[in-house]
Amino acid sequence: MAVSTTAGNSLTHGRLPRMAPWAILVACWLVVAGVYAIFAMSGTVRDFSLVGTLFFGTVLYVAIIYVVSLSVEGRRQAVDRLVTALVFAAFIVALLPLVSLLSTVVANGAARFDLDFFTMSQRNIVGAGGGALHAIVGTLEITAVAALISVPIGLMTAIYLVEYGRGQIARWITFLVDVMTGIPSIVAGLFAYAVFALIFGPGVRMGFAGSVALSVLMIPVVVRACEEMLKLVPNELREAAYALGVPKWLTIVKVVLPTSAAGITTGVMLAIARVIGETAPLLLVAGFTQSMNYDLFDGRMQSLPVFVFTSYANQGTDGDAYIARAWTGALVLILIVMALNLLARLIARFFAPKTGR
Amino acid sequence: MASAAVPIRAKQRPGDRVFSGSALAAGSTILILLAAVAIFLIAQGIPGVLAQPGDTVILGEKNFWDYVAPLAFGTLWAAALALLMATPLAIGIALFISHYAPRRLAQTLGYIIDLLAAVPSVVFGLWGGLVLAPLVRPAYAWLAENASWFPLFAGQASATGRTILTAAIVLAVMILPIMTAICREVFLQTPRLHEEAALALGSTRWEMIRMAVLPFGRAGIVSAAMLGLGRALGETMAVAMVLSPAAVISFIVIGSTNPNTIAANIALSFPEAFGTGVNVLIATGLVLFVVTFAVNAVARYVVNRRKEFSGAN
Repeated sequence: MAVSTTAGNSLTHGRLPRMAPWAILVACWLVVAGVYAIFAMSGTVRDFSLVGTLFFGTVLYVAIIYVVSLSVEGRRQAVDRLVTALVFAAFIVALLPLVSLLSTVVANGAARFDLDFFTMSQRNIVGAGGGALHAIVGTLEITAVAALISVPIGLMTAIYLVEYGRGQIARWITFLVDVMTGIPSIVAGLFAYAVFALIFGPGVRMGFAGSVALSVLMIPVVVRACEEMLKLVPNELREAAYALGVPKWLTIVKVVLPTSAAGITTGVMLAIARVIGETAPLLLVAGFTQSMNYDLFDGRMQSLPVFVFTSYANQGTDGDAYIARAWTGALVLILIVMALNLLARLIARFFAPKTGR
Repeated sequence: MASAAVPIRAKQRPGDRVFSGSALAAGSTILILLAAVAIFLIAQGIPGVLAQPGDTVILGEKNFWDYVAPLAFGTLWAAALALLMATPLAIGIALFISHYAPRRLAQTLGYIIDLLAAVPSVVFGLWGGLVLAPLVRPAYAWLAENASWFPLFAGQASATGRTILTAAIVLAVMILPIMTAICREVFLQTPRLHEEAALALGSTRWEMIRMAVLPFGRAGIVSAAMLGLGRALGETMAVAMVLSPAAVISFIVIGSTNPNTIAANIALSFPEAFGTGVNVLIATGLVLFVVTFAVNAVARYVVNRRKEFSGAN
């Protein structure tokens, strides 16, 4: 190991060369990879695992960098290096599940990512084949109606909080919106069931009830997002409008909302992306079915997340076909969510409100 | 001269009244909605709480409280395990993004962590059940062989890997983004001068963080942990798809009999439930609602006491 030590001055310690930590890290990975390869050749472990190599290599690095630094640089620097290594490791550890999840979903989902999947339902399908058109249609319908319910309520609440709200009520609404973001999704499902069971009798299942459940989850997210965006609108714009004699409500409609339109769109899309993957409430109130159902108000309605869950949980004969469909459903779901996220961020970037100064 | 006492008021036009009225109505809808959630759950849950042993298939020979106890235990236990794993990781990642990563990369790295939040829970469940569980099975077998003196690892290891520890790992991954986001926000608010003073006195980066950043961010870390706890308590699908449940109270984390959680139990039992069984499940949901509401309210209260900071959502 190349170590540069400066002798003489008792106030200065030796320092590791700049690249030394990186060299040690790579060396650790290579060593672990070598050990893995030897084990793999002897047949002790099944196959070479990249994730395992990176993980154990990093653990090895944390130990080695501490010892090396302790011997060269002294205790305080060694602790600093140890924490730096741990903090970097924490980030990498968080990336591992993300990488593993995305790669397995893509790899396993690609098998059934075909035309059938998007053009057929599961009606009269036993075993392989069939598709998830009924689930995709259901998801789009339920989420669209949920957005139709939540966006007006959420936007108007945000307007109330930013433009009108003063005093006790506004503070309570802000607090409860915050708390509402933490409502478990399954409780929202139970709530929708309880309401609709009261109206339509027990055992009710319909797509619209799913929309209501999703709205409960979506409204607080929309409120928060819109509130942040409305607050960004410079007060000078409002004052200029008032000075011209424009009534308050027209100021909001013609000045405040257009200025923050891009941000609000972004917020709404992120909110949609968040609820479109909700499973539990739809499992409870929209139920699951193998057939196409376009009618939100009549009977069970399949949705994509529930499709993934039921394919996984209720495997029929030829379980592999069900699992393959579940993976593809997951892939489609992730693609939809990622597309919404990406689009939202792009809108936010290119149409951001000009915030003065 | 007397007119000086009259305050100047903008003229109220009909449009103004309609608009402000509907804004107030929308705001009140939130209050009403939250009250409605509580009222409807209570109304539908009471018959479940009062159900006698033998009334319904779900309860079997137990009364409601005996039924809900293992579930409540499982919910708390799984969430606690997840929190135990996620808290140090979240603090580490937040520090990485706020103080260690190169400035220009920091925001992108934050987005990458936020990507985890975008993945639907059902996909996490699928991944946990089909990828993670087989992956951790050898580790559990090793633990059962070599570390069974430790109470949590006692007894036989599960043959499927679908234990409460696996579920807790998935939960930990799922609550990481929100915890990281809040810790990050708080760490970034550390007064610059405190950090520079610490560095100028010759402290290393870690000593600076320990003396300036962490004391400043303690309240933020606590509330991040509580928000994470709230999420973990209510998470449904990940647990329902990963865990193979039994109605037991057991601390063993790698065995084959694991307590179920309230949320997962509702998701798994609800489609087949009927009659009073539905009420029983709604009553368990009410228990969950009360617990998460309390946890979230306390967390938000702690966050809101620090002003200029409006949560990470």
